[in-house]
Amino acid sequence: MWRLIPLFAVMTYLLTGCGDPTLSALKPKGPVAEEQLFLMKLSLFIMIFVVIVVFAIYLYVLVRFRKRKGDNSIPKQVEGNHVLEIIWTVIPILLLLVLAVPTVSYTFKHSTNYTKDKDAVHVKVTAHQFWWQFEYPELGIATAQELVIPKDKKIAFELVSADVSHAFWVPSLGGKIDTNPGISNTLYLQADEIATFQGRCTELCGASHALMNFSVVSKSQADFDAWVTKMKTPASVPATAQKGEELFKENCMTCHAVNANGPGVAPNLKGFADRDTVAGILEHTPEKMELWIHNPQEQKPGNKMPAFGKEAGGKLDDAQIKDIVNYLQTLK
Amino acid sequence: MAHSHTAKRYSGLMDWLTTVDHKKIGILYLIAGGFFFLVGGLEAILIRIQLAYPDQHIFIGDTFNQLTTMHGTTMIFFAAMPVIFAFMNAVVPLQIGARDVAFPFVNALGFWLFFLGGVLMNTSWFLGGAPDAGWTGYAPLSTITDASSATTLQHNIMGTDFYVLGLQIAGIGTLIGGINFLVTIINMRAPGLTYMRLPMFTWTAFITSGLIVLAFPAITVALVELMFDRIFGGAFFDAARGGNNVLWEHLFWIFGHPEVYILILPAFGIISEIVSTFSKKRLFGYSSMVFATVLIGFLGFMVWVHHMFTTGLGPVANSIFSIATMAIAVPTGVKIFNWLFTLWGGQIRFTTANVFATAFIPTFVMGGTTGVMLAIPDADFQYHDTYFVVAHFHYVIVGGLVLGLFAGMYYWWPKMFGRMLSETLGKIHFWFFFIGFHLTFFPQHFLGLMGMPRRVFTYQPGHDLEMGNLISTVGAFLMGIGTIVFLINIISTWAKPKTAVADPWDGRSLEWAIPSPAPEYNFKQTPLVRGLDALWKEKMAGNKEMIPAEPIGSIHMPSPSILPLTMSLGLFIAGFGFMYEHYIVVGIGMAVTLISMFLRSVYDDHGWHIEPEELEDKGGRA
Repeated sequence: MWRLIPLFAVMTYLLTGCGDPTLSALKPKGPVAEEQLFLMKLSLFIMIFVVIVVFAIYLYVLVRFRKRKGDNSIPKQVEGNHVLEIIWTVIPILLLLVLAVPTVSYTFKHSTNYTKDKDAVHVKVTAHQFWWQFEYPELGIATAQELVIPKDKKIAFELVSADVSHAFWVPSLGGKIDTNPGISNTLYLQADEIATFQGRCTELCGASHALMNFSVVSKSQADFDAWVTKMKTPASVPATAQKGEELFKENCMTCHAVNANGPGVAPNLKGFADRDTVAGILEHTPEKMELWIHNPQEQKPGNKMPAFGKEAGGKLDDAQIKDIVNYLQTLK
Repeated sequence: MAHSHTAKRYSGLMDWLTTVDHKKIGILYLIAGGFFFLVGGLEAILIRIQLAYPDQHIFIGDTFNQLTTMHGTTMIFFAAMPVIFAFMNAVVPLQIGARDVAFPFVNALGFWLFFLGGVLMNTSWFLGGAPDAGWTGYAPLSTITDASSATTLQHNIMGTDFYVLGLQIAGIGTLIGGINFLVTIINMRAPGLTYMRLPMFTWTAFITSGLIVLAFPAITVALVELMFDRIFGGAFFDAARGGNNVLWEHLFWIFGHPEVYILILPAFGIISEIVSTFSKKRLFGYSSMVFATVLIGFLGFMVWVHHMFTTGLGPVANSIFSIATMAIAVPTGVKIFNWLFTLWGGQIRFTTANVFATAFIPTFVMGGTTGVMLAIPDADFQYHDTYFVVAHFHYVIVGGLVLGLFAGMYYWWPKMFGRMLSETLGKIHFWFFFIGFHLTFFPQHFLGLMGMPRRVFTYQPGHDLEMGNLISTVGAFLMGIGTIVFLINIISTWAKPKTAVADPWDGRSLEWAIPSPAPEYNFKQTPLVRGLDALWKEKMAGNKEMIPAEPIGSIHMPSPSILPLTMSLGLFIAGFGFMYEHYIVVGIGMAVTLISMFLRSVYDDHGWHIEPEELEDKGGRA
């Protein structure tokens, strides 16, 4: 009975569901994640079988062989039992063999390198403290924080880090891989649905490791092609945003590019107006943008962008920051 | 007999600073390890407070990284390891019928090196901030020393120096401790005590010592290289200058994985002793148990890459290490079933020690099964560095090792201190700790699968992670209450007189043949061992005590010495010199150590003797 109390608590908890459909590895949205979930379930069922056998013997033994009052007899001193010992050596070996076959097969399957495959979309990922850069070498465009992919297509990633080790993880689409400085890794994922998925950094990389989020937007092939064309066309700046553009050129342009034709030392802002988040973590509203420009350290400790707000030691007043935000919203 | 014994004795604090007695060193290890356990536990509570709700701002950014780094490093190196050494010191010589370990001086040196290494690392809290690159210290995060980038990155650049030097000093202590116990168990067994008659705890201590000797050099090399990168501008792990950060990962885990078995094997030993004693039966399948222990130790060296499946080593390496990892489940399973069948048909008494020991079995099985799940590289791509892993290793280390250590404490406390711990408080301790443990870590499996990476200082609301984290924090507090109850138990029983009898549990091995606490010389006469479970065998043959293997004679004892402490202090001082790059301080520290070593070498110390007459009045209760 005593063992059931935590179990009930846990069951209640489990009934609340298996997580956010854009973040949970238990709700796969692509073939890689699905096959990985199959492996998880297969191993889990084998292991639950083992756990049930052990728990059953365990509970039986604890109840049946507890010392009764007044019984001072000496139990038989059993040395061992060869038959039993062989059984509990051989059965686990067989269970593990069952597990080993799909293990090896999927390990090879999911390590296939598709970066040279003509049908796959090739994306070069560079991890930075604490943001993500995505380049499409064949398409000649680059973006940051929000990866856009066509659905039903293999996305072949080539991943590297610009500073310390990070790890690239989109649970809904499949497992992760580390980004190491100087050595590139490969990975492929595929989305079956049109949706926005959550991405996380899973290797401790410094003060804002917890805030190094990104997202993956999967689109239909036609929408993806339209997005590519749009990324290649420079945004037109309306007259109302020209003041902001001037300020942006003066203050921000040294780090942030606004054309999608190349990477930079800070996130590329081409298409920024269409993104869902600011810096991967804040809501995409003008207020949050102002908050961020005013003092980025408040929002993401340890990132490399200096504070621009006057109160935080920067050189821009509130009106100037508003102008820049105004301009940023035209970067479609 | 020419040497007087009275001149060599100290009392009070000096006695503890100069002792070379394995029993006192065991107590020192227990106190120091217990202290660091409380420190690491406090850090864990602070971590759980920050994570109780989403988007909290209590310990964020680098502060949080310092907490997790110090929690992990402290718990593994400065809490779990020393408490294991406490038991090895307190119990192994008694179980093999020896009067001390092979090298009592080295034993004391090992303790002081560990202790001062731990102190050095923890002084970082007061000297600008603690290490913050994780207990695994992955390069290049751990090699950042550029002060200008530190300001922008909010990264505590000095911190990792404390990690590098603290672990190096403590590592020497652990390494020589391992050598000492290997030699002790090989050379100092009582007559008749063959290897296949060794108590299970001694067997596991033996294998663990072997693993220490083979695994610690790997971390030593890694730490020296890291020290060169940090202090002398080396480039072992710097990709830009031809180094390779994956090298650190390999070296760390070539040590790190055997370390897991260094920790868990002695717990297996403790459980084997307790389960057998309290079911009044000999250990089921003793030979297969020994074989399984050796096999686990052996395979433990061939699986380190399962910590690096996502590093990008490719499917061939991943598959090989995956199969090797799964193979470990087989000998581990053998152990589980042997314990169950030791209990089977027994007369099980649920003392606190046995409650902890029997609770260990299902908990460890749960941790072991998630271990097999993690061994599948492709699935590990999803688990790796998430809370699933956090749940798994806390199930084996807390649910396995710590439950085992608590069981060992309740079991051997009378032998170490001459007092029994309260059974009532013990049961309260157990329930708080056990329920708290499962509440803390069971939900973490799901948090990981639902997308929560490990080592994050916060998570965003609206991703279904709130409930699991809150339950986890509540559980952590229950574990904290359990630990406080344990402290109350220690303090309240401390006030009572030393009334423990020699053999309070109807024990089976040699340590229960001598008074509690064990006299300074352990055995008045070296016992003759006539089979497995030596004492039990004599009891069954109707003998009240062991048959002596020698006549009563004068007993040779090692002299106490302050030199182990001064040698360690020298390295402690030199450590600070290296960190602050004051090479004069390095010189002073090294001089203290080298002079101590010189003194140790030139002064012949023949020890002292306890004469038979003195044995009679002191060993009267034996």
